[in-house]
Amino acid sequence: MGGKTDVPQGTLALMVLKTLESMGPLHGYGIARRIEQTSGASISLNYGTLYPALLKLEQEGAVASEWGVSENNRKAKFYKLTRAGYKLLEKETREWETTTAILARFFASGEKA
Amino acid sequence: MKVREFFSRAFGSASKRQNEAEFSQQLAGDLALEVDRNLKNGMAPDEARRQAILKFGGLEQTRQGYREQSSLPFFEVLQQDVRFAVRQFAKNPAFAVTAIVVLTLGIAASAAIFAFVDAALLKPLPYRDPNRLVWVTEKVEAIPRANLSYYDYLDWKSRNQTLQSLDVWTSSGLLIDSPSGTEPVPGVSVSDGFFKTLGVTPMLGRDFRPGEDLPGAVPTVILSYGTWQKRFHGRPDIVGQTFTASGVVYTIIGVLPKSFQFAPRGNGEIWMTLRPTVGCELRRSCHDLNGIGRLKDGVTTAGALANFSSVAAQLEAQYPDSNRGQGASVEPLASVIVGDIRPILLLLLSGAALLLLIACVNVSSLLLVRFEGRRREIAVRGALGATRGRLVRQFLTEGVVLMAIALALGLTAAEIAIHALVHLISKDMLTRMPYLDGLTVNGHVVLFATATAVLAAALFAITPLSRLAANDELRNDLAEGGRGGSGMVWRRFASNLVVLELAIAVVLLAGAGLLGKSLYRLLHVQVGFDPEHLATLEIDAPHEVFPKDEDDARVARRVMQQVNALPGVESAAITSVLPVSYNGNTTWFRIVGRPYNGEHNEVLQRDVSANYFQTLRAHLVSGRYFTDDEDSTKPNVVIMNQALAKKYFPNEDPIGKQIGDNTLDPKSLAQIVGVVNDVKEGALDQDTWPALYFPYNQSTDSDFNLVVRTSQDAGSLLPTAVSAVRSVNPQLGASQPETMRQHIDGSNAAYLHRSSAWLVGGFAGLALLLGIVGLYGVIAYSVSQRTKEIGVRMALGAQRGAVYKLVLKEAGWLTISGVLVGVAGSIAAASLMGKLLFDVHAWDVPTLAAVALLLAAASLLASYLPARRAASVNPVEALRAE
Repeated sequence: MGGKTDVPQGTLALMVLKTLESMGPLHGYGIARRIEQTSGASISLNYGTLYPALLKLEQEGAVASEWGVSENNRKAKFYKLTRAGYKLLEKETREWETTTAILARFFASGEKA
Repeated sequence: MKVREFFSRAFGSASKRQNEAEFSQQLAGDLALEVDRNLKNGMAPDEARRQAILKFGGLEQTRQGYREQSSLPFFEVLQQDVRFAVRQFAKNPAFAVTAIVVLTLGIAASAAIFAFVDAALLKPLPYRDPNRLVWVTEKVEAIPRANLSYYDYLDWKSRNQTLQSLDVWTSSGLLIDSPSGTEPVPGVSVSDGFFKTLGVTPMLGRDFRPGEDLPGAVPTVILSYGTWQKRFHGRPDIVGQTFTASGVVYTIIGVLPKSFQFAPRGNGEIWMTLRPTVGCELRRSCHDLNGIGRLKDGVTTAGALANFSSVAAQLEAQYPDSNRGQGASVEPLASVIVGDIRPILLLLLSGAALLLLIACVNVSSLLLVRFEGRRREIAVRGALGATRGRLVRQFLTEGVVLMAIALALGLTAAEIAIHALVHLISKDMLTRMPYLDGLTVNGHVVLFATATAVLAAALFAITPLSRLAANDELRNDLAEGGRGGSGMVWRRFASNLVVLELAIAVVLLAGAGLLGKSLYRLLHVQVGFDPEHLATLEIDAPHEVFPKDEDDARVARRVMQQVNALPGVESAAITSVLPVSYNGNTTWFRIVGRPYNGEHNEVLQRDVSANYFQTLRAHLVSGRYFTDDEDSTKPNVVIMNQALAKKYFPNEDPIGKQIGDNTLDPKSLAQIVGVVNDVKEGALDQDTWPALYFPYNQSTDSDFNLVVRTSQDAGSLLPTAVSAVRSVNPQLGASQPETMRQHIDGSNAAYLHRSSAWLVGGFAGLALLLGIVGLYGVIAYSVSQRTKEIGVRMALGAQRGAVYKLVLKEAGWLTISGVLVGVAGSIAAASLMGKLLFDVHAWDVPTLAAVALLLAAASLLASYLPARRAASVNPVEALRAE
């Protein structure tokens, strides 16, 4: 798996939410593929962590799931964002941006010194 | 974890099967999508599927991850462990039942005793800021808390600088007119600010107003809640009503709250103001009041004591006749109220704690035995991948399940025990312990018992753990089925536990033995008279009806005549205070013709009828008794006890000498006519004080006690005696009918000693049983482990006697160690018992020897059974079994 990294700690849920926001309802496999594609194939997603993460979001009420039929006529479970999910995404995004902004300043000041 | 997630997962736990099926479907669907893509990319079907599965990173792991998120694994495992623990117990009910019974006993005993400790020692008194309340009295050399006199109180109050307020109370009573004759009602006379000082407000009506305790005030009373309900049927318009007692009309101005209690006079029904117009209140030298004060902010008890000590010193200089040697005493109110009962409660709590400890040790060693039996099971589980933590958790769960069952049973048993114990306390004593009202297993008790249980459960989990630590042996165990060197280590550990158990049993047994001996000694104290076939009755001749001393003398004489005439009565006499009551009611005297420097010769004073000593069957040592016609028209006479003769007339004959009061007032002069043997006037555990006996006809009291010598059972006379007294004058009060035996056995001292001896005895019996069971367990286990060794020895020619010796020696060492440690512990514990031991030393050799023998005998019995089993081992079979 040369060059591929694992999903950074605590960011998987955010990636899932963002994916569902931009793509609309999607099945688990589709979410995984999309995340890998978006990352420019630099992320190797472990499905063993994806499904529990989806379940956790569902338990929290951020996503809802229902059975549907996939593009090639396979039966699959589709996930979509709920109203609470949008809110959560907004909040998490904001937090993430703050965090990265702070870190960025740290690195910037490090360079000057 | 968010609340919503928690519930969703808890729900997931419940519908696990359905979830898993659905997830499998979902996974299959997603997997198929990947397979489709791989196929589209041109892979062969098999390869496409293989690559897809690889991509999914192991279906089983994915499922496991999903499963853990969809439920609450912690609770699932817990559920499993609890179920497993219960199954384990069910498989071995003897172990589970024993452990639960033992723990239930320990918890019930400690929780029940704790309920008393909580109510008496921990719960604050039901007053405002009870910690600021102090008990204020005078102090003399012989009496650490001596009553205040009314004039001293007034001076103390006006010179007080450290208290917000100082008030006084004294026990009193009223004879209330009722359709069935007069009824004596216990009461309390207080100064006007008494309730304000306590911080108590009547629930109905008003408090006493300032000045209502001065001479000439209209007599007003405040009722206790119980009296309002009982005597006045709780009528709502009670305030302003009046009633008559001994010809005086009293106005009810208020009712105290239901929660109000005043332990020093727990049975006080009617609260009235002091009336400083009669008797004792008119003399500075007559002490009958107790003070209650509230400390000013920032003042300590010691500060208040310093204040009143200096006031007392000023008064001593000012009034040397009456106040010489009259110091001050200031103590926290709480310590005065529960001072008597504190040591016994702490003793019982320690006893219960020891019992609980022995119970825990016992269960620990049971668990150890079980652990040894389960070594193989544990080894297997370890080999199958159970981590150390997982095994620990299993043991912890087993301990917790045991404890939870025992806790529930123990608290139920504690509730029963509390009620049984409260019923054991005499009614009379209960009135002085109102804080025990409605005692039950409350939140505090549950908290205490739960905390104990948690500690114990932790102990139970740690015990097998200490064995689990020897983990290297696990593989060994797997190979050998738990028969190896580990037996040795365990035996040493279990032996130490048994020594501890036996030592605790010795401490409790020795404690019980010493307390039992104290009780025996106490009940066999020389009282100086024959207490059998004596009936006693308290009689109240109210001052309002019998204002003059002659009236009292006349009515007392008529009472005696009336009772004397009853069938079965040998003689009837009266005394101001019954024997075996208290060292109090003192007087000061000086001897005519001796040099005198103003010191107070404080001795007991008792006013008795002429035939009193004959009725008691006390012995005259020299001189004569009083005669019936010695009244105020005759010269004053006095009889003293031997203690007084010994102290004040060491080498001379006191008969014929004259004594008088401090100032030798001519009216007080009296001639000594007799010396009687020492009658125990004080409590059983108090020293005998010097006493002076005055003829009742020359020194009357408005209340006195009737003492009747009967030819048959004294108890059966009591009702007739009461009606005989009433027939003399319906205005007389007759209360407290009891036999002298009841009076002595029910006295505070006897009661405290009896209850502590019985309860500690009960604890000791249980401890002995548990200790012996523990010893039996260890020896029996040791024998079972050594069957092979014994077989070899016997095959090599060891005699049965030698085998007996082998086993008994092991038990003997344990017993001796236990006894030695226990005896040392007993002596230490007994020296802490202090006043609870009466006339017995902590190192009382016969008691300790008896305890050691008892334990040795019991141990011998406990180890004889396994020894016999060992000796009857058939060497051939023992060796073949290997």
